[in-house]
Amino acid sequence: MAEGFVSRGFRGRRRENVPSERVPPGQYVTPDFPVLSAGPTPHTPLEQWSFAVLAGDDELARWSWDEFRALPSETVTVDIHCVTKWSKLDTTWEGVSVDTLLDGLDADAGYVTAFCDGGYTTNLPLEDVTDGKAWVAFGYDGEPLDPEHGGPARLLVPHLYFWKSAKWVRGLRLMDEDEPGFWESLGYHLYGDPWREQRYWGD
Amino acid sequence: MAGAALLGRLEPLVWRLAEVVEIVAETPSVSSLVLDVPGWPGHRAGQHVDVRLTAEDGYQAQRSYSIASPPEDDQVTLTVERLEDGEVSPYLVGEVRPGDRFELRGPIGGYFVWEAAEGAPLDLAAGGSGIVPLMAMLRHRAAAGSGVRARLLYSTRTLDDVIYGDELERLAADGDGLTVAYTLTRAQPSGWAGYARRVDREMLADVLGGPGAGAIAFVCGPTGFVESVAAALVDLGYEPPQVKTERFGPTGGE
Amino acid sequence: MEEVDLRLDGNAAGGLLREVFAFEVTAARGTCASCGAVGEVATLVLYAHAPGAVLRCPACGAVVLRVARGRDRVWVDARGLSCLELAPGA
Repeated sequence: MAEGFVSRGFRGRRRENVPSERVPPGQYVTPDFPVLSAGPTPHTPLEQWSFAVLAGDDELARWSWDEFRALPSETVTVDIHCVTKWSKLDTTWEGVSVDTLLDGLDADAGYVTAFCDGGYTTNLPLEDVTDGKAWVAFGYDGEPLDPEHGGPARLLVPHLYFWKSAKWVRGLRLMDEDEPGFWESLGYHLYGDPWREQRYWGD
Repeated sequence: MAGAALLGRLEPLVWRLAEVVEIVAETPSVSSLVLDVPGWPGHRAGQHVDVRLTAEDGYQAQRSYSIASPPEDDQVTLTVERLEDGEVSPYLVGEVRPGDRFELRGPIGGYFVWEAAEGAPLDLAAGGSGIVPLMAMLRHRAAAGSGVRARLLYSTRTLDDVIYGDELERLAADGDGLTVAYTLTRAQPSGWAGYARRVDREMLADVLGGPGAGAIAFVCGPTGFVESVAAALVDLGYEPPQVKTERFGPTGGE
Repeated sequence: MEEVDLRLDGNAAGGLLREVFAFEVTAARGTCASCGAVGEVATLVLYAHAPGAVLRCPACGAVVLRVARGRDRVWVDARGLSCLELAPGA
């Protein structure tokens, strides 16, 4: 925790008091939904949008928007934790489970890299996006996902820091190696478990 | 102050403790904080500071604010606009009292700066609270006794949003080469004779005239304002290196 | 353009950059490794609302500089900057 002089009367953004078993170490709970971005918001028209599963240069599957929306989807309520220290509890999303997307594919790889419009990438072990742990989400709080929050679709991996829930996701590339993505190559932890406070390299 | 500029480069940027000495209400949502900053190394007009606030539970927030005071002042003055959903500005404008202290580091900035000693004529365009660093330049110009031509086009929503109105009138009335023009974009008082629309190429041509030899244009305000004004100035003949910009907006990282 | 609210410029990264460089770098002129455009670091488009600061070329949008801070470390990726010109006497 950075040192600092406590200024009389400064409270900051409203931070909710929540039972500590819901809040990972070093986090503050917010009722807001801050928008964080490393670049301009992409606006890919839905007719041009697709989601692909790749292995190396091989395309194992690809769905157009209509095909993607025809897949079975589910609504989930999860807590999310951003590495910038805010946590938001009981957020509701609608999306297609990554298990559904990988179903029937020869997904024999240790890792995946999510790739996105705008060039953002993030890396994860395959086992962290399977068995009900991850979705490609197209709805938030009962509405279509806002572009500034990653719409039309973003990856949702709530058990890891939220930079892994890549906005504007366009596909997953199966990888043999855990290749650091956008933030992972700039000091952010390769895995990112909020409960072990794995924010940065070496944590 | 050339020595101070060099010192500014060599001095490590450390957090210092600023003490509020005086609060000046500029408009209903804008206040100036006059600060004592022990160890302040001096600054150049146009530079800014980072302010860091820590709450009792260790929570921290950091924002950047332009320095409103000229280098000639001993104290450092910041002018802050309270933002509706802000986190730091409602503390600085509304909660803070004389005697309160908070952390501050600076001065920061080497591009959006003006020194009277260099003598460049000033063509200034301010959008809203973007007036703050430009006011530091005009105060420095006056304190240094500089008579270089200075022209300011100041855009705000209403007359009530004009910061430093009386002081700008005084400086302009001094007859030392400063002209000030206002445009009120949302509402104008009856009988208003100034501009009443968003800044455009034609208004800039009328007010700033065009690139004089050696003039530097400083444009400061929200991103949209800065982009359109800078483009218009280049269109009017200013060379891109003559147009310096600083975008204002929430500087909180999260 | 909802993203205008998130865009600042290199001026606003000045304090962070002073943690990395021993001098004021916002006035230094950089060359974008992607498109070759040259301009002051102060004129880079800054996306500051992120786990780190991302500065993009105002001409082509490519990432020029990235800086992240974590506890007692700072990480810098300057791959997008093919050249930085400093004028020490300035």
